[in-house]
Amino acid sequence: MPKDQPGLDMSPPVSDEVRRTTCYMCACRCGINVHMKAGKVAYIEGNRDHPVNKGVLCAKGSAGIMQVNAPSRLRAPLRRVGPRGSGEFEEITWDAALDLAVSWIRPLRDSAPEKFAFFTGRDQSQSLTGLWAQAFGTPNYAAHGGFCSVNMAAAGIYTMGGAFWEFGQPDWERTKLFLLFGVAEDHDSNPIKMGIGRLKARGGRMVGINPIRTGYNAVADDWFGITPGTDGLLILALIHELMRAGRIDLDYLARFTNAPILLNGDQKSNDHGLPLTDDGGTPLVIDRRTGQPAPWNGQGVEPDLTGTIRRAGITHRTVMHEMATHFMDPQWSADAAEGPTGIPAARIRALAADLARTAFDEAIEIDQPWTDFRGHRHQKMIGRPVSVHAMRGISAHSNGFQTARALHVLQILLGAVETPGSMRFKPPYPKPWHGHPKPHAAGKPGQPLDGPHLGYPAGPDDLLINPDGSPKRLDKAYSWEAPLAAHGLMHMVIPNAHAGDPYRIDTLLLYMANMAWNSSMNTDDTIAMLTETDENGDYVIPRIIYSDAYASETIAYADLILPDTTYLERHDCISLLDRPICEGDQVADAIRWPVIQPDRDVRPFQSVLIALGARLGLPGFVTEDGSPKYADYADYITNHERRPGVGPLAGWRMSETGLTQGRGAPNAGQIDSYIANGGFWTHEIPAEAQFFKPWNTAYQDFAVSMGFYDAPQPYLFEIWSPPLRRFQLAAEGKGDRQPPEHLRADLARAMAPLPTWYAPLYGAEDYPVHALTQRPMAMYHSWGSQNAWLRQIHTSNLLYLPTAIWDAQGFAEGDWARLTSPHGEITVPVALMAALNPHTVWTWNAIGKRKGAWALDGDAPEATTGFLLNHLIGECRPGTQTRRSNSDPVTGQAAWFDLRVRIEKADPPEGARPAFAPLRSPVPAAPRHLRWKVGR
Amino acid sequence: MTTLPDKTDRKLGLVIDLDTCVGCHACVVACKGWNTENYGAPLSDQDPYGADPTGTFLNRVHSYEITEPDAAPRLVHFPKSCLHCDDAPCVTVCPTGASYKRVEDGIVLVNEADCIGCGLCAWACPYGARELDAAEGVMKKCTLCVDRIYNETLPEEDREPACVRTCPAGARHFGDLADPDSAVSQLVAERGGYDLLPEQGTKPVNKYLPPRARDCGPSGALTPVAEDPRGFLGWLDRALSKLPGGS
Repeated sequence: MPKDQPGLDMSPPVSDEVRRTTCYMCACRCGINVHMKAGKVAYIEGNRDHPVNKGVLCAKGSAGIMQVNAPSRLRAPLRRVGPRGSGEFEEITWDAALDLAVSWIRPLRDSAPEKFAFFTGRDQSQSLTGLWAQAFGTPNYAAHGGFCSVNMAAAGIYTMGGAFWEFGQPDWERTKLFLLFGVAEDHDSNPIKMGIGRLKARGGRMVGINPIRTGYNAVADDWFGITPGTDGLLILALIHELMRAGRIDLDYLARFTNAPILLNGDQKSNDHGLPLTDDGGTPLVIDRRTGQPAPWNGQGVEPDLTGTIRRAGITHRTVMHEMATHFMDPQWSADAAEGPTGIPAARIRALAADLARTAFDEAIEIDQPWTDFRGHRHQKMIGRPVSVHAMRGISAHSNGFQTARALHVLQILLGAVETPGSMRFKPPYPKPWHGHPKPHAAGKPGQPLDGPHLGYPAGPDDLLINPDGSPKRLDKAYSWEAPLAAHGLMHMVIPNAHAGDPYRIDTLLLYMANMAWNSSMNTDDTIAMLTETDENGDYVIPRIIYSDAYASETIAYADLILPDTTYLERHDCISLLDRPICEGDQVADAIRWPVIQPDRDVRPFQSVLIALGARLGLPGFVTEDGSPKYADYADYITNHERRPGVGPLAGWRMSETGLTQGRGAPNAGQIDSYIANGGFWTHEIPAEAQFFKPWNTAYQDFAVSMGFYDAPQPYLFEIWSPPLRRFQLAAEGKGDRQPPEHLRADLARAMAPLPTWYAPLYGAEDYPVHALTQRPMAMYHSWGSQNAWLRQIHTSNLLYLPTAIWDAQGFAEGDWARLTSPHGEITVPVALMAALNPHTVWTWNAIGKRKGAWALDGDAPEATTGFLLNHLIGECRPGTQTRRSNSDPVTGQAAWFDLRVRIEKADPPEGARPAFAPLRSPVPAAPRHLRWKVGR
Repeated sequence: MTTLPDKTDRKLGLVIDLDTCVGCHACVVACKGWNTENYGAPLSDQDPYGADPTGTFLNRVHSYEITEPDAAPRLVHFPKSCLHCDDAPCVTVCPTGASYKRVEDGIVLVNEADCIGCGLCAWACPYGARELDAAEGVMKKCTLCVDRIYNETLPEEDREPACVRTCPAGARHFGDLADPDSAVSQLVAERGGYDLLPEQGTKPVNKYLPPRARDCGPSGALTPVAEDPRGFLGWLDRALSKLPGGS
């Protein structure tokens, strides 16, 4: 007989109260239920009602409790009292901190606002930070997209008016074939996992295209272990195969893309290769009904893909004609791709066949009529159930923009964008590049900038350059070196400021970006740039203000620290003005709110920024009598209006008759309504408006009613990109604004108006091995490694070597290797991995820490054997005469993954090399034991 | 020595899908969070910010690389926790009766009040599924969230183990494996669910679903309509003339 079973309480109370807010353990923005006991956080789980995660939560999210009790949390404002890097600080009051900041930057605003630069890292409040920088009047503002995935965003916007993650997602409920390019983990963390699970449960297939078979690629049905930097060749080979077989969506191409647009065929014209237009500037197509030219958007027009028109002895042909000539060139064949990609031509052809079969033979029909912008009534919604996701793996190369363009053109050729089963845009997208602002950089002392910093140029006329061609911005965004730098080049801010190229600055304000460690290329030299003094003994970068919640490596290099709160101690809005949490069929935004109060003298950065704005008297941050306009960020979230009736949050606004949504007046109870609803707001897109959004009159009217834009703006997908062609024309010598000679050849190639591929620019013949980092699923850059639970999953990192290298050099378990790049050298521990491209080595991203940072002990594995690849990556391209950033020549996207190395066995050192002197910690030592139970 | 029940009314357990587990460790940390705050002593962490952080976890994910001739190497993520065996050697080896298997649902638990931390059960378990908490000195193991699955203070949909509720990929399933009509039993039948180390004779209740075959996608190639741009444009004209509105 079993022993008498002990009595168990089967229904213990889980918590006193559940407070629902938004996670910030990564950028995914999941809804969380924070279970409270006696005012303390007892347990965190996913919110089932939330549109992003629908109840699930990743490892990071569940470990949030260890983030809000982390010993690395900063405790009070700090002013540097020793030399930079010494870590010698004194605690000061907030009043003193704000006074000090104002005393530094007010004179800059009044004399030379460009000498103040403001760059933010993993910032989800860019609509506020951008507005603030614009009011200040400096041209030097951006977030971190330049070193993250601007190629993905810019290629998406320029090609189809939207991109992956925030702006678009697979139609997970209907897709049948899912291609994942180069993603180990992504911002869209939980939705990708949920989507893959649902796809597989339905019997759908997933193909992983990645040099490394971990994580998502481990569950992919088919794995293409591609050689880094060659994704564009693989994609162009797929396009080549599909075109050659005529397996493309002709109806979709004719109606919804610029394939039928007529191009100026006059080689002598300054407009050669740009769309032919009518007298009003509207691009023309040949109308199949009449055989005559007609405006592309004319009512009833049936665009002809192969139309031609002959004028003054010159034949003008369609984009489709150029596509046939370009894509059918043998240089893009599967046979040509086999060598560089490492993928057998037969597998490429089979994948092309699989794509065509799924898109066309397994098409989806939804019985939902809809009307397009030409007045054509479609009786059904025809879907192409092929979906794609990609992010930094393809974009963080110097050919990444064109690779991302190629991927979107592949989707478009299959009719697999904004159709059922394919990719769906998330409001406020779709939005074409010409629906965005142009970039701005003109300011006058004491005045706001002339417009938003970041935008989408139409051509060379929109560059931010001086009459002599020099860049107006410190990071050289929107100069000839990075013409379409839609997110700026944060990775070049410190090097350029240090080099005085294009000019020196006085004060640099950084938020949430670990620039003295894992967020910079060339970390050791970056540290030297931050500490270097001039002949007078002054720092070359005179003043650095930094805001972070934790004792990161960058703290030691700032002069003034503004300590931020943790994510459970603050207000935030995940706004439609910024990067909201919408779904393909839902408009949605969300908030964070203080579910606990800080137990330290810290303040949310956004409230601090608003207070600084008031002290500086910035327009928009003070009332007419000069008093502060907003008490704090919550007040701003509630009451700020970007345009009349359009504010940071779209839910629970006010109309004359009561509550409304989308457009409406501010509502003092808005944040309370969000809290009561679980921290978010959603609104279903009408069924008729849920697909074909760029062309669907029902969606366009819905978007106007919600305030996404002020008038319907249907547009065509740009397979042939006129903005790129305008830059290419300049590179060919046409037009008044000409690039410098040393950039001409690069621009002519990189600005090709149809997707192309060229070998990565940083690659060096003597360095045969590709070296990559991957984001671990249970960590997020530098946010998680101080987390007591997560660091037990990834306590240190190894360099993984493929079997071919392992065997050839006789590596054994426990060995170390020396990696040499054109820029530097590291010595690190290695391990064998078979499921790896044979020319590639890799490690986990940002596990390596500097001794003394993050409240970790000095002998923590992260700081002894943990390492970064950053030391191998120069911020400038080797072998160039002038300083050229190690970036994509189109967008300035940091080319992290162009890295090539040599590898050899090394005698085991005491720890990973290079080693850095320990930092002095700004926080007390961490506890030796944890028994974290709040409800005893 | 402690006795096992002759039979249990139900066999509650987990079915873990190795085809969809992406190895994200969500289940590991959700488990850590729930069981730190709930059933028995908290799951403690030693040296949590130091050289050798070692905490108690009731569920861990291991990753194995599989290399076979004539196949691309692959990686399998393998979450592992107590399998709530029918013939649980951890129970019969317990000298105090602290380890026991519940008659009503088959869940294997440790009554911490009676546990002397001798570690015999961990030694007897062939799966390494028990961990002695270094701070409390008692044996910790997966409770199948016994304090969730019947908990009337929770909404009914939440009465499942924390690891199942949180799994983003939907790779973890919870139910009664004694009932052949239950969703989990059906899943095991359809997908060829299997026992871990059946040769140990422990009769585990938890099942694993094997990964689907990899790298055997469709072969073949598309048939060209043209080999060069001129031929393609000729084909295009013919194809367009067949579309609605074509001449």
